Amino acid sequence: MKQQTSGSVLHVRDLNKRIGRKTIIHSISFDVREGEIFGFLGPNGAGKTTTIRMLVGLIKPTAGTVEICGFDVQKQPEQALKYVGSIVENPEMYPYLTGWENLMHFARMQEEIGEDRIREVTELVHLGGRIHEKVRTYSLGMRQRLGIAQALLARPKLLILDEPTNGLDPKGIKEMRAFIRELAAGGLAVFVSSHLLSEIQLLCDRVAIIGGGRELAVGSVDELMGAGRGMVIWDVEPRDKALDLLRGYGDIVVVDSAGAAALEDAAAAMINARSVVTETPEERVPEVLDRMVREGIAVRGVHRVAPTLERLFLQMTEGEGIE
Amino acid sequence: MNRFWAMVQNEVVKIVKKKRFYIVLLILAVLVPIFSYAQMRQSLERRESYGSDWRLEVQQAITDNQNSLSSDRVPQEWKVYRQIYIQQMQYYLDHDVNPNEPGGVTFTREFIDNSSTLFIPLMIMTIASDLVSSERTGGTIKMLLTRPVRRWKVLLSKVTALLMFVSLIVASAYLICYLISGLFFGFKGWTIPVFTGFVLNGSDVDLSFVQATPQWRYLLMQAGLVWFVGVVVALLAFMVSVLVRSTAASIVVMMAALISGSILTNMASAWTSAKYLFMVNLGLTEYLAGNPAPIQGMTLGFSLAVLAAWAAVSVIISFLVFTRRDVLT
Repeated sequence: MKQQTSGSVLHVRDLNKRIGRKTIIHSISFDVREGEIFGFLGPNGAGKTTTIRMLVGLIKPTAGTVEICGFDVQKQPEQALKYVGSIVENPEMYPYLTGWENLMHFARMQEEIGEDRIREVTELVHLGGRIHEKVRTYSLGMRQRLGIAQALLARPKLLILDEPTNGLDPKGIKEMRAFIRELAAGGLAVFVSSHLLSEIQLLCDRVAIIGGGRELAVGSVDELMGAGRGMVIWDVEPRDKALDLLRGYGDIVVVDSAGAAALEDAAAAMINARSVVTETPEERVPEVLDRMVREGIAVRGVHRVAPTLERLFLQMTEGEGIE
Repeated sequence: MNRFWAMVQNEVVKIVKKKRFYIVLLILAVLVPIFSYAQMRQSLERRESYGSDWRLEVQQAITDNQNSLSSDRVPQEWKVYRQIYIQQMQYYLDHDVNPNEPGGVTFTREFIDNSSTLFIPLMIMTIASDLVSSERTGGTIKMLLTRPVRRWKVLLSKVTALLMFVSLIVASAYLICYLISGLFFGFKGWTIPVFTGFVLNGSDVDLSFVQATPQWRYLLMQAGLVWFVGVVVALLAFMVSVLVRSTAASIVVMMAALISGSILTNMASAWTSAKYLFMVNLGLTEYLAGNPAPIQGMTLGFSLAVLAAWAAVSVIISFLVFTRRDVLT
């Protein structure tokens, strides 16, 4: 049964993994298309890395299939893996070899990768200056770039990156995002895993959300975590009066301090003693603001921020929660 | 096929750049002069007590051993061993050949004889034990196994590189030994006759097959046997390195096996089924020199077969485990 969508580079159907008696991945299915950036979102321990390992043949699924460009990773690994470049977890290279020697090492494992190509990818990830130094001396960011160079070496159609911005500084994160977008614009399908909602929102076209080894949703980023579900931080005075006013709306949920504490750092920094954090549909904001002004509440700021992954999970599982 | 050799090249590059092989060479270069010096002191001492006539020395050795045979305190196994030794020495005396003639070649022969069960296997282990486990500890196995190459090919390239290094280590052990000891004792001695073919019959030595072999031929035969032992140890260590995640653990496992082997050979003569353990069969060169086997019923052919079986099983296990196991960490 082939229900492959046209342009689907990675085709995953009903992937299951059981280790011992414990099923750690339950029936995960999704497709990644040419030229798109696909996010794989879930908290740590949700099964992201296990799934990624199954995608690239490091772990054998208990059930289900992974097809890359039409080739089954388990049955035809030599054909399937030709089209994938990947970094699973950390970009681990041989520290006692130079960057160049590392790339040579992986180039030798495949046909038709010459020194020209190695030079090309080195330029692409801006490692030119230090490529002939031992990897032992590289910073994490440089290792990450070397890892990507390695992944791109064989001109793959699918690039799999596991938490690519982990451990990078803010500048490095921005560069990485821009770089990934550039690659996707060139027709490459990019699969990115992350535990940060904002990361996925900033980068991805579509997303699969997983928790506890289960797939909770697959769809476009806008659809799944769009404006309607955003959170709003109100910087208002007097706070009590504003609280009462906000609670009066049926579709506005006031988030308690525990929920607010779980916000991502950038959002949490905006919160002060006067702040009220709510889950508010976007289109309500002007109306509420208007009322606040009329009722004499001083509004010092209104920020719309990304909901936390935890909130998203709550919405998705309707209060069921995740462990 | 080209890609396969390119992968073997990869493995060779990694072994060389990890500097393990240099460590092996360094150990040899440090130890051989120490032993050579010790040997030199010994022969100087001999010359002092026996003068320049080696016959006196051999005669003395025979008499000493004969005296100890009559002593009750010497265990029976030792007596067998000494009887054989006496007969061999007598044979040398009768044929007017000095068994202890100092020279670079003789030293090399003796050094390799003594190092074939522990020292050379140890050096081989430094390379074999981390061939797979280091890829796992370093996490590079994820890169290695996500390339479009079947896992058995990856493993085969590693085994091939390993066998190349076993050969290289054995060869360099000979070379370094000869070059350094040659500086002490001179580079001569290739044609000195060495007697081989002592067949042991209980406590008697059957001398009917004994023949004088020029030392260079003896060295060649010895090298073949040492290489075989090296290959077997390498394949076993390789299997352990596939099974165990940490390099340190894999070295310890193999060390324990080897050392238990040398202990067992000294005490296992009563426990005959111990002869199927690989560790007690590593002393192949002993057969060449005509020394008694540690356990009754062991012959050169038997030991070769036992070692080959162990090697074959470890190769099979290595491949089965490596190609099927999930890479979880």
